[in-house]
Amino acid sequence: MRRSREPFFWALFSSGGMLAALVLPAAAIYLWVARPLGWVPAATDAELVARFAPVLVRLVLFVVIALALFHWAHRFRYTLYDGLQLAHLYGLIATICYGGATLLTIVAAWVLWRFP
Amino acid sequence: MNPAYRPHHPKWHRERMPIFWWLGRISYTKFITRELTSLAVGYAALLLLVEIGALARGEAAHARFLRFLAAPPVVAFHLLVCAALVFHSVTWLNLAPKALVLRLGGRRLPDWAVVSAHYLAWLAASAVVVWFLRGGAA
Repeated sequence: MRRSREPFFWALFSSGGMLAALVLPAAAIYLWVARPLGWVPAATDAELVARFAPVLVRLVLFVVIALALFHWAHRFRYTLYDGLQLAHLYGLIATICYGGATLLTIVAAWVLWRFP
Repeated sequence: MNPAYRPHHPKWHRERMPIFWWLGRISYTKFITRELTSLAVGYAALLLLVEIGALARGEAAHARFLRFLAAPPVVAFHLLVCAALVFHSVTWLNLAPKALVLRLGGRRLPDWAVVSAHYLAWLAASAVVVWFLRGGAA
């Protein structure tokens, strides 16, 4: 019998969920609400590039982005199965979710590798 | 192949469920809302990536991204995203004692202690994120 890949994806889902729970609300409120509304000091492009350029920062960003994507893939897959009663599309939905997350993870690796 | 057919499995009887079965009860709606927060998590990851890409492409691209962020409908949408992200954090961290059983001196640590520790970690992580985004590391 082939071993299930479920534990592997569950581990990605779970670590992604924990990281997302800890860092995403603060980042989202700061970057996408407080910053456009002018509640926080605006940074110049040069300052932002300097902040994101260190290898360690890019590595952390990669881990956060990749795990958050796989968290989405795994959870959304089951939301479609249960919420929309699409269990009969099992293979297709799994391919789209994990495939999409894998593709975007590769894009993230490429963008962060070449940054700035 | 008939989608209801499962190989090597006896056929079982299944009640048909309406698609919006989860609107009938608050607890079901909360469950599906919690599950749907994954969309906000994925969107946040994507938007972070888009900004980094825009920064790499230069001033014009990043200025365009910032204009997009400042549009009122976009801010309104992002408020919704932030609410979903906070809902994800609260529901996720509240479940921590179910996943993590800590023993101290032979006795199980009470649930409230595990939850409080996770909320403290959330607070600390948020402080680090804000400190970093304000340029604390530079």
